[in-house]
Amino acid sequence: MTTTTIIAEPGHGRLAHGRGADGPAPTRTVVAYGFWIFLLSDFVMFSGLFATYAVLSGHTAGGPTGRELFNLQNVFIETACLLFSSYTAGLGALSAERAEVGRFYIFSLFTFVLGAAFLFIEISEFAGMVAKGAGPSRSAFLSAFFTLVGMHGAHVTSGLLWFV
Amino acid sequence: MLGRLTWDAIPFDQPIPLVTSAVVLIIIFSVLVLITVKGWVPYLWREWITSVDHKRIGVMYVLLGLVMLLRGFADAIMMRSQQALAIGDSQGYLPPDHYDQIFSAHGSIMIFFVAMPFVIGMMNFVVPLQLGVRDVAFPVLNSVSFWLTASGALLINVSLFIGNFARTGWMNYPPLSELAFSPDVGVDYYLWSLQISGVGTLMAGINMVTTILKLRAPGMIYFRMPVFCWTALASNMLIIAAFPVLTATFVMLLLDRYVGMHFFTNDGGGSAMMYVNLFWVWGHPEVYILVLPAFGIYSEVAATFSGKPLFGYRSMVLATLGICVLSFMVWLHHFFTMGAGADVNAFFGIMSMIIAVPTGVKVFNWLFTMFHGRVVFKPPILWMIGFMVTFVIGGMTGVLLAVPPVDFIVHNSTFLVAHFHNVIIGGVVFAIMAGYNYWFPKAFGFTLHEGLGKASFWCWFVGFYLAFMPLYMLGLMGMTRRLQHIPDPSWRPLLLVAELGAVVIFIGILCQIAQLVVSIRTRESRRDLTGDPWDGRTLEWATASPPPAYNFAVLPEVETIDAFWEMKQTGRRAAEPPYQDIEMPRNDPIGFITAFFAVVLGFAAIWHIWWIVILGFIAIVITALVFGWSENREQEISAEEVALMERARLDAGRTA
Repeated sequence: MTTTTIIAEPGHGRLAHGRGADGPAPTRTVVAYGFWIFLLSDFVMFSGLFATYAVLSGHTAGGPTGRELFNLQNVFIETACLLFSSYTAGLGALSAERAEVGRFYIFSLFTFVLGAAFLFIEISEFAGMVAKGAGPSRSAFLSAFFTLVGMHGAHVTSGLLWFV
Repeated sequence: MLGRLTWDAIPFDQPIPLVTSAVVLIIIFSVLVLITVKGWVPYLWREWITSVDHKRIGVMYVLLGLVMLLRGFADAIMMRSQQALAIGDSQGYLPPDHYDQIFSAHGSIMIFFVAMPFVIGMMNFVVPLQLGVRDVAFPVLNSVSFWLTASGALLINVSLFIGNFARTGWMNYPPLSELAFSPDVGVDYYLWSLQISGVGTLMAGINMVTTILKLRAPGMIYFRMPVFCWTALASNMLIIAAFPVLTATFVMLLLDRYVGMHFFTNDGGGSAMMYVNLFWVWGHPEVYILVLPAFGIYSEVAATFSGKPLFGYRSMVLATLGICVLSFMVWLHHFFTMGAGADVNAFFGIMSMIIAVPTGVKVFNWLFTMFHGRVVFKPPILWMIGFMVTFVIGGMTGVLLAVPPVDFIVHNSTFLVAHFHNVIIGGVVFAIMAGYNYWFPKAFGFTLHEGLGKASFWCWFVGFYLAFMPLYMLGLMGMTRRLQHIPDPSWRPLLLVAELGAVVIFIGILCQIAQLVVSIRTRESRRDLTGDPWDGRTLEWATASPPPAYNFAVLPEVETIDAFWEMKQTGRRAAEPPYQDIEMPRNDPIGFITAFFAVVLGFAAIWHIWWIVILGFIAIVITALVFGWSENREQEISAEEVALMERARLDAGRTA
């Protein structure tokens, strides 16, 4: 049953339209909404990991520091890959909404390639660090670094698998 | 091949866990045999295990809570008995190794597998009915959430028979919980069972928030929602904001233990105090995750049994949301003695006192709801009155503990133990019992026996005071918590009183079991045919008891707060024909299957059986993918069937 009656809020004379007075929302809205809330919870988990990294970033236990390990050029390329992949993913979503199948596939392919490039650089960086003796069990700083970045990498990986 | 798992894992040399597990195994086995012989398996599978109906899932949550309450209480009475016996020269009957496992298991089980399933179960059952809708936002996800919680409960109980449980206390603080000091499987049981059930809880939170914000009956704007729905909303928002932190923290501890990282270790630059901070960033909101829905239950009970609308509806909502925000600003009061400095301690001390203000607002609202009302003294409102007396005492001792200098004196003493049992039993457990007596007729269509319900209340109430008031005194006398042996014989009298209190509570639990059995046996004479046995005010009473799968044949139109009360006053009917076809989600075994593989994965991870871990993980991914691509998840109930069911119900109500 659908009701379209608009109900006035008592005592205020304002219309309650759009404030949930119309009954249950359609499934599409509900699913999208639930997914946003899930993202919110993911956000909280990452903020926990970021806070941990912030606390432990100085705890190098005599091992290598971030200044010695991080290659800013790689960081720049990775950031660029991710930013552009968000852009192409957005374009993909727009073409999906307009039911333009060809464009959707092209943009998805771009997104996938950018994500894969990011992952490739990240994994080779990880491998390089481990080879230099700067693996996750070297110090608390590196534990926090590998976990934070690795968790993000796991999210990118599951995104790539979802495309497949 | 089997990792760390060998025959040594079974405690052949320890008679207590061995006999207990043998008895439990025999009971489980005979129940399974009974179910199979009687041919109930298809019924259970079809109607309960694969059910995605929020009412059935809610009932199963509550059942899980009841069963685990027995386990948690058995731990409690064992500890009380040990402390009553092991005084002076006597060592009691529990060796330290076993005693430490018991207090760790008692805390973990009572919080994660008693209080949480009870509270989530009540919300699951009641909220969609109160909102006047047919189900939660994601019914299949709901089933997955429940079964993951049940998996966690199963794993934690397996530790009794295979291996051992953590000896670290329920907070599992490092460095004691690190591999260097707890090399065996105890801590791993703790981590994996809570991690699995935590995922279930998080999904339940997402589901419930989406339901409340997006699915409400026509006309039900936010400020017409029953207060229980408001508190459920606040509680589930806290779940979404707090549980991911717990997940992240446990991931870090797992990484420390399994791959040698250094988050919380003594060496390598790790910081054990960071665990304590992260744990309580989850842990303090968790307290409110439990107690806010409890406040919601009391609000419904107070209004219904006083025959009056709730006093100060808006202030109740504002107080709830205020608590929701403030609950994230007090976590440090769990460890004032860490040495954060006077300024930090002062800030958190003051915040902890401020959070008592909205709670005080609520207590006055309930008092004014009952004031000048025609209070009907049924069991639910007895629990509610018992709560108000008890909870105010617990709140007062809480404010005392919020004063950092006082906290330095009673920190880690039985004064603290008495305080948090005072608020959790007096606040959450009493609410669960009130809600259980209040909504039972809605769930099963017959009322619970009143006399036994009242007897159970009085036993719990008196038993609680006997058990915990001595602990306040002992704490002030200098007794620390978690003592396996009592050095000072002058504490004996008070410990014996506390033991007596535990026995009285046990009689209360027996009364509850008797209440359930007697009520089921005499159900024909206590049928609720009207669907409204208490003269209720909110929409769950507007439909049949038990409600049909679709809850409401026609979604009710809401015009005020206390929508059903208004309908009864004006004679407006909730569900008028014409009926239409109703689409309901189909049963789905995915929850059970996922949970099965989660248990396999968790167990294998605990025992380092890596090939099963990998298989279990792949199986879960495949299950999720199969579900993602499945179609035809809905079934239709035709308008004629709806009309038949509704007519039968209205006829029954008329003859009653």
